Amino acid sequence: MKKIVVLSYGLGNVRSVGNALRAIGANADVSHDEHSIMQADGLIIPGVGAFPHGMANLVESGLVGVIRKYIDSGRPVLGICLGMQLLFDKGTEFVPTDGLGLIAGSVDIIPVSPEMGRLPHIAWSTICPTEQGRQKMFAGLTDSEMRFYFVHSYAATGVRSDNISATVSYLGNNIVAAVQSGNVWGTQFHPEKSGPSGLYFLNNFISNC
Amino acid sequence: MRVIARLDVKNQFVIKGIHLEGLRKVGDPNQLAKAYYEAGIDEIVFIDAVASLYNRNNLFSVIQKASEEVFVPITIGGGLRSLSDVEQALDAGADKVALNTAAIREPGLIEKVAKQYGSQCVVASVQAKRTANGWEAYMETGRERTGVQVLDWVRRLQDLGAGELLLTSVDQEGTKSGFDVPLVQAVNNAVSIPVIVSGGYGQPKHIAELLEVTEPSGLCFASVLHYKTATVDELRQNIALARASGIK
Repeated sequence: MKKIVVLSYGLGNVRSVGNALRAIGANADVSHDEHSIMQADGLIIPGVGAFPHGMANLVESGLVGVIRKYIDSGRPVLGICLGMQLLFDKGTEFVPTDGLGLIAGSVDIIPVSPEMGRLPHIAWSTICPTEQGRQKMFAGLTDSEMRFYFVHSYAATGVRSDNISATVSYLGNNIVAAVQSGNVWGTQFHPEKSGPSGLYFLNNFISNC
Repeated sequence: MRVIARLDVKNQFVIKGIHLEGLRKVGDPNQLAKAYYEAGIDEIVFIDAVASLYNRNNLFSVIQKASEEVFVPITIGGGLRSLSDVEQALDAGADKVALNTAAIREPGLIEKVAKQYGSQCVVASVQAKRTANGWEAYMETGRERTGVQVLDWVRRLQDLGAGELLLTSVDQEGTKSGFDVPLVQAVNNAVSIPVIVSGGYGQPKHIAELLEVTEPSGLCFASVLHYKTATVDELRQNIALARASGIK
């Protein structure tokens, strides 16, 4: 049984992610202990909330170095929602804040005027995978199954096209829905809250671990 | 548009009434939640129908079980009074908390929860009742007047950091006679955060009547699902048909 550590850093729906992993037969351990993390077959960085708060918690709990060390080991890492956003160079929510700098890009507010529509983008949206996404992260899902739950007001921008695995359209904006850079995966949507398609996606991640 | 199941729970049973009163048992909350999940529901809202009145929180065990077998967003409401209640609810496995009575008594609570856990986790629940010149917000499960105008209140809730609104029409709730369309339109125009509409659905034409005028972000269904009058797929088709036939 694959052992996956769900990183707990004082933010996020760690229980939900753990429950989803257990539902697909993984051994999920919610932890911030370096030893447990380094023993894991895969690492998930969950997270909901604001960018500066998330980054501050990672720094204060000494987890930035642990995440880097884990990634250097070549094992798979998945960032979910804020966990994905923190992978980028910086975020501009409330105050400009440096991120983990693992994938090139910035996390900025989705440009939506009140006449156009609403923020946060809270919706089940059908994503559009890139060729790379179709082969790897979303392999095995049909087009109609690529419907995932999003809840966010900020999104990654300036991302290199070879790092983009899927996009989603919201009010005329083409938003980055999933990224991949080597062994590092990220999703703006919440697979743990996206029903059977989300569980299928998580299973793809685990199979990779 | 999200299709949301609303389960009002009392003493571990899902109950259903009219105008939020006159309650009848309709089933086990976990069984129903699982059935709706398997039928493809987008989201589930559990409301503790009595905690608000008796200061008792008994819904956490239901939430805990639901979060282990239902992989869509779960909202819990009813009786959450403080930041520590919210923390317990989220620890039990809820993704969002719906706050009404406590928010009216202490509006700062919305702000505190939003700061601590993010706006996405704060659902401001608004129970609206028609008055001569608008709508008044009610609390304690639609029983107590607050003297607060709904349209003022929803703007304030947005400013305090609420991530979305759960708008219940006390007049229409449980009547199956249609949504309070002018209420939804007025609230939807007053705020720029997503609005979820609850109370009044009875038949497909009610969705069309609503969407002709305004488009909320989600619709909550209770009786129609509990009594198997319609399936999740049928409700979704009704929404798609109403949208296709011309949205405002």
